[in-house]
Amino acid sequence: MKTAALALLFLAVAAAGEPRRSGFADMSPATQAMQRDDAANPAWLWLKDGEQRFARDCARCHAVERMDGVAARYPAWDATLRRPLTLGGRIAQCQQRHVGGPTLEPESDARLALETFVAHRSRGWPITPPADPRLASWRDRGRALYGQRVGQLDLACADCHDRHAGQRLAGSVIPQGHPTGYPIYRLEWQGMGSLQRRLRGCLTGVRAEPFEADSDEFTALELFLMQRAAGMPVETPAVRP
Amino acid sequence: MSQRALIHLPAKVRRGEVIMVRALVAHPMETGHRVDSGGQRLPRDIIRRVEARLDGELVFAADLHPAIAANPYVVFPLRVTGDGMLTVDWSGDRGFAHRERAEIVAT
Repeated sequence: MKTAALALLFLAVAAAGEPRRSGFADMSPATQAMQRDDAANPAWLWLKDGEQRFARDCARCHAVERMDGVAARYPAWDATLRRPLTLGGRIAQCQQRHVGGPTLEPESDARLALETFVAHRSRGWPITPPADPRLASWRDRGRALYGQRVGQLDLACADCHDRHAGQRLAGSVIPQGHPTGYPIYRLEWQGMGSLQRRLRGCLTGVRAEPFEADSDEFTALELFLMQRAAGMPVETPAVRP
Repeated sequence: MSQRALIHLPAKVRRGEVIMVRALVAHPMETGHRVDSGGQRLPRDIIRRVEARLDGELVFAADLHPAIAANPYVVFPLRVTGDGMLTVDWSGDRGFAHRERAEIVAT
Protein backbone atom coordinates (compact mmCIF):
# COMPACT_ATOMS: atom_id res chain seq x y z
CA MET A 1 0.00 0.00 0.00
CA LYS A 2 2.72 2.41 1.09
CA THR A 3 4.82 1.20 -1.84
CA ALA A 4 1.96 1.86 -4.23
CA ALA A 5 1.56 5.37 -2.83
CA LEU A 6 5.27 5.93 -3.28
CA ALA A 7 5.15 4.72 -6.89
CA LEU A 8 2.23 7.07 -7.53
CA LEU A 9 4.21 9.93 -6.05
CA PHE A 10 7.06 9.18 -8.44
CA LEU A 11 4.65 9.18 -11.36
CA ALA A 12 3.07 12.44 -10.21
CA VAL A 13 6.50 14.05 -9.92
CA ALA A 14 7.51 12.83 -13.37
CA ALA A 15 4.24 14.00 -14.89
CA ALA A 16 4.57 17.54 -13.54
CA GLY A 17 7.65 18.09 -15.69
CA GLU A 18 9.92 17.87 -12.66
CA PRO A 19 13.49 18.08 -13.99
CA ARG A 20 14.91 16.39 -10.88
CA ARG A 21 15.21 12.60 -10.89
CA SER A 22 15.77 10.24 -8.01
CA GLY A 23 18.53 7.70 -8.61
CA PHE A 24 15.68 5.16 -8.42
CA ALA A 25 14.51 6.17 -11.89
CA ASP A 26 17.84 5.18 -13.49
CA MET A 27 18.18 1.76 -11.84
CA SER A 28 17.59 -1.54 -13.60
CA PRO A 29 14.06 -2.99 -13.26
CA ALA A 30 15.50 -5.79 -11.08
CA THR A 31 17.06 -3.36 -8.60
CA GLN A 32 13.90 -1.25 -8.61
CA ALA A 33 11.87 -4.35 -7.80
CA MET A 34 14.24 -5.13 -4.93
CA GLN A 35 13.61 -1.70 -3.41
CA ARG A 36 9.84 -1.82 -3.98
CA ASP A 37 9.43 -5.22 -2.33
CA ASP A 38 9.94 -4.95 1.44
CA ALA A 39 10.44 -8.72 1.65
CA ALA A 40 13.31 -8.71 -0.85
CA ASN A 41 14.97 -5.48 0.29
CA PRO A 42 17.93 -6.48 2.52
CA ALA A 43 17.81 -3.07 4.25
CA TRP A 44 14.86 -4.51 6.20
CA LEU A 45 17.31 -6.58 8.25
CA TRP A 46 18.74 -3.31 9.59
CA LEU A 47 15.31 -1.69 9.77
CA LYS A 48 13.89 -4.47 11.95
CA ASP A 49 17.00 -4.35 14.11
CA GLY A 50 16.49 -0.59 14.45
CA GLU A 51 12.88 -1.15 15.44
CA GLN A 52 13.97 -3.37 18.33
CA ARG A 53 16.71 -0.95 19.39
CA PHE A 54 14.25 1.95 19.26
CA ALA A 55 11.78 0.08 21.46
CA ARG A 56 14.55 -0.70 23.96
CA ASP A 57 16.49 2.60 24.08
CA CYS A 58 14.37 5.39 22.63
CA ALA A 59 10.69 4.61 23.19
CA ARG A 60 10.63 5.76 26.82
CA CYS A 61 11.06 9.38 25.57
CA HIS A 62 9.99 9.22 21.90
CA ALA A 63 6.67 7.81 20.75
CA VAL A 64 7.24 5.89 17.50
CA GLU A 65 4.46 7.83 15.70
CA ARG A 66 6.17 11.11 16.57
CA MET A 67 9.07 10.00 14.35
CA ASP A 68 6.88 10.31 11.22
CA GLY A 69 8.31 12.95 8.91
CA VAL A 70 11.27 13.73 11.18
CA ALA A 71 13.96 12.49 8.78
CA ALA A 72 12.55 14.72 6.02
CA ARG A 73 13.56 17.75 8.12
CA TYR A 74 17.18 16.78 8.87
CA PRO A 75 19.95 17.98 9.21
CA ALA A 76 18.60 20.35 11.88
CA TRP A 77 20.02 22.81 14.41
CA ASP A 78 21.11 21.46 17.79
CA ALA A 79 20.72 24.12 20.47
CA THR A 80 23.13 22.44 22.92
CA LEU A 81 26.02 22.03 20.48
CA ARG A 82 25.12 25.26 18.62
CA ARG A 83 25.66 23.52 15.29
CA PRO A 84 23.54 21.46 12.88
CA LEU A 85 23.35 17.70 13.27
CA THR A 86 22.56 15.05 10.69
CA LEU A 87 19.96 12.46 11.62
CA GLY A 88 22.69 9.93 12.38
CA GLY A 89 24.56 12.51 14.46
CA ARG A 90 21.35 13.42 16.29
CA ILE A 91 20.73 9.76 17.17
CA ALA A 92 24.31 9.32 18.40
CA GLN A 93 24.05 12.50 20.52
CA CYS A 94 20.74 11.40 21.98
CA GLN A 95 22.24 8.02 22.88
CA GLN A 96 25.22 9.70 24.54
CA ARG A 97 23.10 12.21 26.52
CA HIS A 98 20.13 10.13 27.57
CA VAL A 99 20.76 6.41 27.12
CA GLY A 100 24.42 5.85 27.88
CA GLY A 101 26.26 2.70 26.95
CA PRO A 102 28.68 2.40 24.05
CA THR A 103 28.90 5.31 21.59
CA LEU A 104 27.08 4.82 18.30
CA GLU A 105 30.05 5.03 15.94
CA PRO A 106 29.51 6.32 12.40
CA GLU A 107 28.73 3.48 9.97
CA SER A 108 28.24 1.00 12.82
CA ASP A 109 25.36 -1.42 12.36
CA ALA A 110 23.70 -0.05 15.51
CA ARG A 111 23.64 3.54 14.29
CA LEU A 112 22.65 2.59 10.74
CA ALA A 113 19.85 0.41 12.10
CA LEU A 114 18.35 3.20 14.21
CA GLU A 115 18.80 5.75 11.43
CA THR A 116 17.15 3.42 8.91
CA PHE A 117 14.21 2.77 11.23
CA VAL A 118 13.64 6.47 11.98
CA ALA A 119 14.13 7.57 8.35
CA HIS A 120 11.77 4.85 7.14
CA ARG A 121 8.99 6.50 9.20
CA SER A 122 9.28 9.39 6.71
CA ARG A 123 8.98 7.26 3.57
CA GLY A 124 6.81 9.11 1.03
CA TRP A 125 7.11 12.43 2.90
CA PRO A 126 8.46 15.35 0.88
CA ILE A 127 11.93 16.51 1.93
CA THR A 128 11.30 19.70 3.90
CA PRO A 129 14.50 21.47 5.00
CA PRO A 130 13.88 23.65 8.05
CA ALA A 131 13.76 27.42 7.45
CA ASP A 132 15.96 28.04 10.53
CA PRO A 133 18.12 31.12 9.68
CA ARG A 134 21.04 29.66 11.67
CA LEU A 135 21.38 26.96 8.98
CA ALA A 136 21.78 29.45 6.12
CA SER A 137 25.53 29.96 6.46
CA TRP A 138 26.03 26.19 6.69
CA ARG A 139 24.03 25.65 3.51
CA ASP A 140 26.12 28.30 1.76
CA ARG A 141 29.23 26.44 2.84
CA GLY A 142 27.75 23.21 1.52
CA ARG A 143 26.92 24.90 -1.79
CA ALA A 144 30.52 26.15 -2.02
CA LEU A 145 31.90 22.66 -1.29
CA TYR A 146 29.58 21.20 -3.93
CA GLY A 147 31.01 23.56 -6.57
CA GLN A 148 34.64 23.35 -5.48
CA ARG A 149 37.08 21.30 -7.57
CA VAL A 150 39.01 18.79 -5.45
CA GLY A 151 41.44 15.90 -5.78
CA GLN A 152 43.96 14.82 -8.37
CA LEU A 153 41.17 14.56 -10.93
CA ASP A 154 40.24 18.17 -10.15
CA LEU A 155 36.50 17.57 -10.22
CA ALA A 156 33.69 19.21 -8.25
CA CYS A 157 30.42 17.44 -7.32
CA ALA A 158 28.69 19.79 -9.76
CA ASP A 159 30.88 18.65 -12.67
CA CYS A 160 29.32 15.20 -12.66
CA HIS A 161 26.00 15.57 -10.85
CA ASP A 162 24.83 18.85 -12.45
CA ARG A 163 26.67 19.17 -15.76
CA HIS A 164 26.89 15.49 -16.73
CA ALA A 165 24.00 13.89 -14.86
CA GLY A 166 22.14 11.38 -17.00
CA GLN A 167 25.27 10.57 -19.00
CA ARG A 168 27.46 7.58 -18.26
CA LEU A 169 30.58 7.03 -16.23
CA ALA A 170 31.77 3.71 -17.63
CA GLY A 171 28.62 1.55 -17.60
CA SER A 172 26.73 3.47 -14.90
CA VAL A 173 24.30 6.33 -15.34
CA ILE A 174 25.50 9.40 -13.39
CA PRO A 175 22.63 10.29 -11.04
CA GLN A 176 21.68 13.82 -10.12
CA GLY A 177 22.80 13.11 -6.60
CA HIS A 178 19.63 13.68 -4.60
CA PRO A 179 19.92 12.03 -1.17
CA THR A 180 16.35 10.74 -1.08
CA GLY A 181 16.83 7.23 0.25
CA TYR A 182 19.58 7.22 2.91
CA PRO A 183 20.69 5.10 4.66
CA ILE A 184 20.80 2.91 1.54
CA TYR A 185 21.50 -0.76 0.92
CA ARG A 186 24.12 -0.59 -1.82
CA LEU A 187 24.75 -3.75 -3.82
CA GLU A 188 28.38 -2.75 -4.35
CA TRP A 189 28.88 -2.47 -0.58
CA GLN A 190 26.89 -5.64 0.12
CA GLY A 191 25.56 -3.70 3.07
CA MET A 192 24.07 -0.49 4.45
CA GLY A 193 25.74 2.88 4.36
CA SER A 194 24.99 6.50 5.19
CA LEU A 195 25.14 9.52 2.90
CA GLN A 196 28.58 10.25 4.39
CA ARG A 197 29.84 6.88 3.19
CA ARG A 198 28.55 7.65 -0.30
CA LEU A 199 30.20 11.10 -0.26
CA ARG A 200 33.45 9.58 0.98
CA GLY A 201 33.33 7.18 -1.97
CA CYS A 202 32.92 10.11 -4.37
CA LEU A 203 35.83 12.00 -2.74
CA THR A 204 38.22 9.06 -2.91
CA GLY A 205 36.96 8.46 -6.46
CA VAL A 206 38.34 11.84 -7.56
CA ARG A 207 41.43 11.08 -5.43
CA ALA A 208 40.76 13.76 -2.84
CA GLU A 209 41.32 13.41 0.90
CA PRO A 210 37.88 12.55 2.33
CA PHE A 211 36.47 14.59 5.23
CA GLU A 212 36.27 13.08 8.72
CA ALA A 213 33.09 11.26 9.70
CA ASP A 214 30.50 13.68 11.17
CA SER A 215 32.73 16.61 10.17
CA ASP A 216 31.37 20.12 9.58
CA GLU A 217 32.06 19.68 5.86
CA PHE A 218 29.90 16.56 5.52
CA THR A 219 27.10 18.19 7.56
CA ALA A 220 27.25 21.35 5.40
CA LEU A 221 27.15 19.25 2.21
CA GLU A 222 24.20 17.25 3.48
CA LEU A 223 22.33 20.47 4.38
CA PHE A 224 22.89 21.79 0.86
CA LEU A 225 21.96 18.50 -0.82
CA MET A 226 18.72 18.21 1.16
CA GLN A 227 17.85 21.80 0.19
CA ARG A 228 18.58 20.89 -3.42
CA ALA A 229 16.26 17.87 -3.13
CA ALA A 230 13.50 19.78 -1.27
CA GLY A 231 10.05 18.47 -2.13
CA MET A 232 11.24 15.10 -3.45
CA PRO A 233 9.79 12.12 -1.55
CA VAL A 234 11.89 10.23 1.01
CA GLU A 235 12.50 6.62 -0.18
CA THR A 236 14.30 5.12 2.82
CA PRO A 237 15.24 2.30 2.84
CA ALA A 238 16.46 2.63 -0.75
CA VAL A 239 18.51 0.09 -2.72
CA ARG A 240 21.21 1.35 -5.07
CA PRO A 241 23.49 -0.59 -7.45
CA MET B 1 22.83 -7.39 14.54
CA SER B 2 20.07 -8.75 16.64
CA GLN B 3 17.77 -9.22 13.64
CA ARG B 4 19.38 -12.14 11.81
CA ALA B 5 16.65 -13.30 9.48
CA LEU B 6 13.24 -12.41 8.08
CA ILE B 7 10.58 -14.78 6.73
CA HIS B 8 7.70 -13.38 4.70
CA LEU B 9 4.49 -15.29 4.08
CA PRO B 10 1.39 -14.01 2.26
CA ALA B 11 -1.02 -12.18 4.57
CA LYS B 12 -3.82 -14.67 3.82
CA VAL B 13 -3.22 -18.34 3.12
CA ARG B 14 -5.94 -20.68 1.83
CA ARG B 15 -5.86 -24.43 2.38
CA GLY B 16 -4.54 -26.25 -0.71
CA GLU B 17 -2.93 -23.10 -2.10
CA VAL B 18 0.70 -22.93 -3.26
CA ILE B 19 2.37 -19.96 -1.58
CA MET B 20 5.80 -18.41 -2.04
CA VAL B 21 7.89 -18.38 1.12
CA ARG B 22 10.53 -15.63 1.08
CA ALA B 23 13.46 -15.81 3.46
CA LEU B 24 16.24 -13.27 3.96
CA VAL B 25 19.21 -13.82 6.27
CA ALA B 26 21.98 -11.46 7.40
CA HIS B 27 25.33 -12.98 6.46
CA PRO B 28 28.55 -11.58 4.88
CA MET B 29 29.03 -14.57 2.48
CA GLU B 30 32.79 -14.04 2.35
CA THR B 31 33.94 -16.01 -0.72
CA GLY B 32 37.40 -17.07 0.44
CA HIS B 33 38.90 -15.66 -2.77
CA ARG B 34 39.42 -12.08 -1.57
CA VAL B 35 42.42 -10.61 0.23
CA ASP B 36 42.46 -7.95 2.94
CA SER B 37 44.41 -4.68 2.81
CA GLY B 38 47.52 -6.54 4.04
CA GLY B 39 47.38 -9.10 1.22
CA GLN B 40 46.25 -11.92 3.50
CA ARG B 41 43.54 -14.16 2.11
CA LEU B 42 40.21 -13.73 3.92
CA PRO B 43 39.03 -17.18 4.98
CA ARG B 44 35.83 -18.42 3.45
CA ASP B 45 32.76 -17.71 5.57
CA ILE B 46 29.54 -18.67 3.81
CA ILE B 47 26.22 -20.29 4.51
CA ARG B 48 26.40 -23.85 3.18
CA ARG B 49 22.86 -25.09 3.62
CA VAL B 50 19.31 -23.82 3.97
CA GLU B 51 16.62 -26.22 5.16
CA ALA B 52 12.94 -25.52 5.64
CA ARG B 53 10.69 -27.82 7.63
CA LEU B 54 6.95 -27.75 8.05
CA ASP B 55 6.05 -29.39 11.36
CA GLY B 56 9.33 -31.31 11.19
CA GLU B 57 8.96 -32.52 7.60
CA LEU B 58 11.63 -31.29 5.17
CA VAL B 59 9.87 -29.23 2.47
CA PHE B 60 12.79 -27.36 0.92
CA ALA B 61 16.58 -27.47 1.02
CA ALA B 62 19.38 -25.75 -0.85
CA ASP B 63 23.19 -25.86 -0.91
CA LEU B 64 24.78 -22.42 -1.18
CA HIS B 65 28.15 -21.71 -2.78
CA PRO B 66 30.78 -18.94 -2.67
CA ALA B 67 29.46 -16.84 -5.59
CA ILE B 68 26.26 -15.88 -3.75
CA ALA B 69 25.87 -12.26 -2.59
CA ALA B 70 25.83 -11.19 1.05
CA ASN B 71 22.51 -11.45 2.90
CA PRO B 72 21.13 -14.27 0.72
CA TYR B 73 17.48 -14.14 -0.29
CA VAL B 74 15.80 -17.48 -0.94
CA VAL B 75 12.28 -17.94 -2.32
CA PHE B 76 10.54 -21.30 -2.58
CA PRO B 77 7.00 -22.56 -3.24
CA LEU B 78 5.08 -24.42 -0.57
CA ARG B 79 1.70 -26.17 -0.80
CA VAL B 80 -0.35 -25.43 2.31
CA THR B 81 -2.43 -28.34 3.53
CA GLY B 82 -3.32 -26.86 6.89
CA ASP B 83 -2.03 -24.89 9.84
CA GLY B 84 1.57 -25.50 10.73
CA MET B 85 4.87 -24.21 12.00
CA LEU B 86 7.47 -23.45 9.34
CA THR B 87 11.08 -23.62 10.54
CA VAL B 88 13.96 -22.39 8.41
CA ASP B 89 17.54 -23.31 9.36
CA TRP B 90 20.63 -21.72 7.92
CA SER B 91 23.99 -23.30 8.66
CA GLY B 92 27.51 -22.76 7.41
CA ASP B 93 31.19 -22.06 8.01
CA ARG B 94 32.58 -21.10 11.42
CA GLY B 95 29.70 -22.89 13.10
CA PHE B 96 27.10 -20.47 11.78
CA ALA B 97 23.61 -21.63 12.64
CA HIS B 98 20.38 -19.67 12.74
CA ARG B 99 16.77 -20.76 13.04
CA GLU B 100 13.72 -18.65 12.27
CA ARG B 101 10.11 -19.71 12.72
CA ALA B 102 6.90 -18.57 11.06
CA GLU B 103 3.40 -19.79 11.83
CA ILE B 104 1.14 -20.67 8.92
CA VAL B 105 -2.54 -20.16 9.62
CA ALA B 106 -4.68 -21.46 6.75
CA THR B 107 -8.29 -20.40 6.16
